Amino acid sequence: MTQLETPQVTDSATDRNLPKVWKWYDYFTFNTDHKVIGIQYLVTAFAFYLIGGLMAVAMRAELYTPDADLLDPNFYNALMTNHGTLMIFLWIVPAAIGGFGNFLVPLLIGARDMAFPKLNAIAFWLNPPAGALLLASFLFGGAQSGWTAYPPLSLTTANTAQSMWILSIVLVGTSSILGALNFVVTILKMKVPSMKWTQLPLFCWAILATSVLALLSTPVLAAGLVLLLFDINFGTSFFKPDAGGNVVLYQHLFWFYSHPAVYLMILPIFGIMSEVIPVHARKPIFGYKAIAYSSLAICIVGLFVWVHHMFTSGTPAWMRMFFTISTLIVAVPTGVKIFGWVATLWGGKIRFTSAMLFAIGLLSMFVVGGLGGVTLGTAPFDLHVHDTYYVVGHFHYVLFGGSVFGIYAGIYHWFPKITGRMMSEMWGKIHFALTFIGTHLTFLPMHLLGLQGMPRRVAMYDPQFAPINHLCTFGAIVLGISAIPFFLNAVWSWHYGVKASDNPWDALTLEWTTSSPPPIENWVELPVVTCGPYDYGSRDRNIAEIPQTA
Amino acid sequence: MLLCFGFISTLLSNCHMQEDSTFNSSEVISHAEHPDFRVFGLLTFLVSESLMFAGFFATYLFLRETAKIWPPEGTEVELLVPTINTVILVSSSFVIHWGDTAIKKNNVAAMRLWYAITAVMGTIFLAGQIYEYLTLGYGLTTNVFANCFYLMTGFHGLHVFVGLLLILGVLWRSRRLGHYSATKHTGITMAEIYWHFVDIIWIVLFTLLYVLTR
Repeated sequence: MTQLETPQVTDSATDRNLPKVWKWYDYFTFNTDHKVIGIQYLVTAFAFYLIGGLMAVAMRAELYTPDADLLDPNFYNALMTNHGTLMIFLWIVPAAIGGFGNFLVPLLIGARDMAFPKLNAIAFWLNPPAGALLLASFLFGGAQSGWTAYPPLSLTTANTAQSMWILSIVLVGTSSILGALNFVVTILKMKVPSMKWTQLPLFCWAILATSVLALLSTPVLAAGLVLLLFDINFGTSFFKPDAGGNVVLYQHLFWFYSHPAVYLMILPIFGIMSEVIPVHARKPIFGYKAIAYSSLAICIVGLFVWVHHMFTSGTPAWMRMFFTISTLIVAVPTGVKIFGWVATLWGGKIRFTSAMLFAIGLLSMFVVGGLGGVTLGTAPFDLHVHDTYYVVGHFHYVLFGGSVFGIYAGIYHWFPKITGRMMSEMWGKIHFALTFIGTHLTFLPMHLLGLQGMPRRVAMYDPQFAPINHLCTFGAIVLGISAIPFFLNAVWSWHYGVKASDNPWDALTLEWTTSSPPPIENWVELPVVTCGPYDYGSRDRNIAEIPQTA
Repeated sequence: MLLCFGFISTLLSNCHMQEDSTFNSSEVISHAEHPDFRVFGLLTFLVSESLMFAGFFATYLFLRETAKIWPPEGTEVELLVPTINTVILVSSSFVIHWGDTAIKKNNVAAMRLWYAITAVMGTIFLAGQIYEYLTLGYGLTTNVFANCFYLMTGFHGLHVFVGLLLILGVLWRSRRLGHYSATKHTGITMAEIYWHFVDIIWIVLFTLLYVLTR
């Protein structure tokens, strides 16, 4: 993609006495380098992923038998609430947007850093206290009302813990807004001048759409949570029907954010997919513009679908109609992306690396999850399976089979760039096989459970559901085990892995033109863009075979 | 205590961000210089902020539509003080703009004067709001209208307070000779933009809460 014939002369790190590389303790400080912040986000998120995963395994262990014989039901509720909260707010969102976004966006657009480096560091450092607050809520019994915190349940149970939960979310929300602001300004203003808008890597388009969505929807959640906080602690009655409040109001405020949050979790992943697939299929991405615009379309339409979570909340018929239609419309740009990737794979010289395996795994999972979403988005069907395990199965397919697979794909793909070392491919493949089997085994039977009528969010259930629950629990154990090779592989490779070249995958995007790991301030001389980011084998047949190290 | 911690840290992070991007004219030491995007960043942030207010406005309208009597008896709003307050706040937007015009003509003294007047007007606004709270005769928890009223005006008042801090910060920094000039006044512009934002939100708030409630 790049050549350094006419380098742009700017100050580089050496002119200003910066260290050549960061020391390990720099990663525990208020460092303003976007790469450090990206790694901080990723590592913290993975730590929370482990905690949230252990919670999930504990819950599945409880659900192995119909009776609540392993965990106290209140503790089960607390686990369920915090599992969802942790996984969404402290794992997928920070890892996908904060982690990959921070590490990659400046590298992909040829910038030395984000637009506001200090703000970036502030945004990250709001996360650890938020996580601590959330985990500390267990000392006060833990929030009991599920990650949605619907009143009146959230008003009547575990008030201290619920308040801590709210403040934790407000902290993460603030972090998310500040981060999103930074991305918008960085992407819109800091592209290297030689890069045309049609050469902007698709990951950046995805992060741009994500950030706009976060900027517009997160504050509304904050507003709703502030009202809930006041209801719990200061005697107001926004959501208390006996005093003139309205519980459905909370649902509107909550889902106005939390449905778009689904896209916050999947859009960056779509971006990762669009980067990983063409590189490992050795083909130009099919329909660059269509994929870029579909991100923006998802961003816009995604703001008008939230009521599909509330079909059973007494919504009027016209609303059900409108939100069914708008929900189904979201499937169109999503389908555009899926077909774009499939068409990219078609006839490609596919290299089945771990990154590619996870990307293809994601494709298959997301189709299942997406189809489940279409069925749930239609009001008549939703009324029957609402709040059953069908919903649990669906959103785990999109969030685990989608987002988590995407994060794994991204890690395997960019690990050499981030750490300067390769991950073990063999262990990566074992990890993939275990994860793929575990995911299907855990979440596919849940659809059946839901269709048969097992409600979600319960510690005890009718014994007729026991056999399928055995299967789910078994799958969860496989999933739990699947994380072990990954974490061992990551830690081991980070220290002892084979040294990576600057461009181990022969990719064309800008981040591969600098050394692995990139130096502070990324390039000595900023790169100049001479061809598109996905021109594998198209204009120049050789281009795919020649490492584009500048 | 944790509640306080959460609030304070959230506030600090917000204020810090303001301060950081508004007043920090020395470049970030460890990074290559790039053009100044702070104004653009602030505008993006304010888009986000207005959505938070939009959440509150939506809440108000929702509760108003579903209520039988609005506002419930005994919680009528008072109009005199808020109207005076509105006039003061809206005119302060012009005053602060004159300050911005002055600095563009390199007239630091005039800028300081206009910004000081704005600060005084902002303080009067806040004082008026406190006076209003003290004399209304109902509190935060009286009924759902009072909930909305205190929360929304209080939240806006908080923003006025932050704006006031920004203006005072500008005044503090402008003591240094040559700190601001016709070519270097991003902090001043940003304080002005924030103040206009607070003003615009107030106009919507005033219309919704006061004028349409009568």
